[in-house]
Formats: sequence, structure tokens, C-alpha cells
Amino acid sequence: MPLDQSFAGRSYPPTTPYLVGREKIREFATAIDDANPAYRDVEAARALGHPDLVAPPTFAIVLSLPAAHQVVLDPALGLDYSRVVHGEQRFELSRPIYAGDELTVVATVEKIRSVAGNDIITTRGDIATTAGEPVGVAYCTLVSRAPDEGPA
Amino acid sequence: MTPRHADVEVGHALPAQTFRLTRADLVRYAGASGDFNPIHWNERFARGVGLPDVIAHGMLTMATAVRVVTDWVGDPAAVVDYGVRFTKPVVVPNDDTGASLTVEAVVAEKLDGGLVRVDLTARSGGDKVLGMARVLVRLP
Repeated sequence: MPLDQSFAGRSYPPTTPYLVGREKIREFATAIDDANPAYRDVEAARALGHPDLVAPPTFAIVLSLPAAHQVVLDPALGLDYSRVVHGEQRFELSRPIYAGDELTVVATVEKIRSVAGNDIITTRGDIATTAGEPVGVAYCTLVSRAPDEGPA
Repeated sequence: MTPRHADVEVGHALPAQTFRLTRADLVRYAGASGDFNPIHWNERFARGVGLPDVIAHGMLTMATAVRVVTDWVGDPAAVVDYGVRFTKPVVVPNDDTGASLTVEAVVAEKLDGGLVRVDLTARSGGDKVLGMARVLVRLP
């Protein structure tokens, strides 16, 4: 089913503020099996010149995926989410994410296209503190695979 | 010690690493990330949508692969830009061994402002699973 092209360029309201917690950073670091002390030990992070625990480079997905879901789970878009796989991801960080940051994401639909029956949508998530300081941008491309395709 | 921008040369290969991803790792990552797409934990669902088996979250592969860079620099906040394409799925069998992920990294470009670009190559089961995997790192 072709996607509703009118979604291209559409922006969504900022997501509910997300307070980055130390235990969430530690949980995420454990889930990616990364023992880097900057993710776990506040003193080690401070010794590197940081105000608090540093979030791993891909941590922003915790905020940016729900922001992208606002778009891709909208029934009006027409995306078959059961056939969705992740196509591309990029994080541009203006500064590291730290424990204690309160962040929101504004999702915008960058691009919608169809290639060989696969529906492809790219969203941009602008991440900022609730005080308005830009923190970074997460680009997320999701692919809904064509129904008659064989195993990927 | 953190490598210094002045000392790093294009073509320098970072120490490669091999990681293992099991079904338990996928469940743990689902919980930590909030991505509960059943293709990452439910074999019946994954096969039903045409996948060969349960596959790892692309984001888990992405997070794991950049370890080669953050272990090299020490301070993970040195990563200022990181992008990948997910070119092939990392298929994770229902056993205790899981999937293997081997990551190589090479300094591809030196840029102004203390930045270097590191290109990653990630392989699982003979397939290149990431494409255009590029990390911009700020070095002292």
C-alpha cells in the first residue's frame, strides 16, 4: 500500500519531557554490555570533565524511537509496522547527553519513498533540553518490507 | 591513553573486537531501549513476516559496533556523529552461543577541529551487516 505522501515535511509537537536518569544510563550500558566507567561511575565521568554520567552514543534512541513512532504508527500514514525493519540510523550530537538532562524531541518527516515495493520513511528528531538548548539530531529510516519478498 | 589528533594517521587500524549476541542480550536490550518489536524476541512472529529467524535490534548492533571506537578513545563523549545503514540482519539462533559480530575500524580521514572520521566494518555469519558506518570523533 503506498504511503500517504502528504506526511512529508510534517512536524509533530515536542514529546513529553524525558528525565535522563543515572540508573537508566547504567541499565542501557549493561544492555549493550559496555563496562566503560563514564556510563557507571559518577566520579569517573567527572574525572573526564563531565558534570555527571555520560550516556552512550546511541542512547538517544530511547527518546527518538518513541518520537519516530508518533509518525510511523499513525494509521493515516498507512505503514505496515509488522513488516518494519530499521534501515538507517544516525546521531549528530551537539553535546553529550548527561544524567540529569531533561529532554524533548520534535519529530519531522524528512522523506517518504517506495523502492521495489518497500515503503521507506525517514524521520528527523531534534533533541533539545526543556530549557531550549539543542543537544542533537537523530535521523531514523524505517523500511516496511514488500509483502511478497523472500527472507531478508 | 586517549589518542591525540596530531598523532593519529589515516589508515590506522583500531584494535578489532568480536562480540556475541544471544537471545538473552536481545531481551535485555528490548527492555533497556523500549523497543519491543517481536521480530527481536518471537521466532514465530519473525518467521511469519518472512525473516529467517529472530534478528538483533539494528540499534544493538550499532551500539555494540561503536565500542571499538569508544574503547580506543576512552571517553565515549568524544563521539560527536555516528551513522550506519543496516544492510543485512544479524540472525540470532535460539542457542547458548548466539550470533557473532566482528567489528573492524580504520581512521579514514583527518578533519579540522580535532575531528577524525573512523569507518567501521561489522560482519556476522560472513555478511557485512552495517554499511556506511561512520563515526566522527573529537580528539584532544
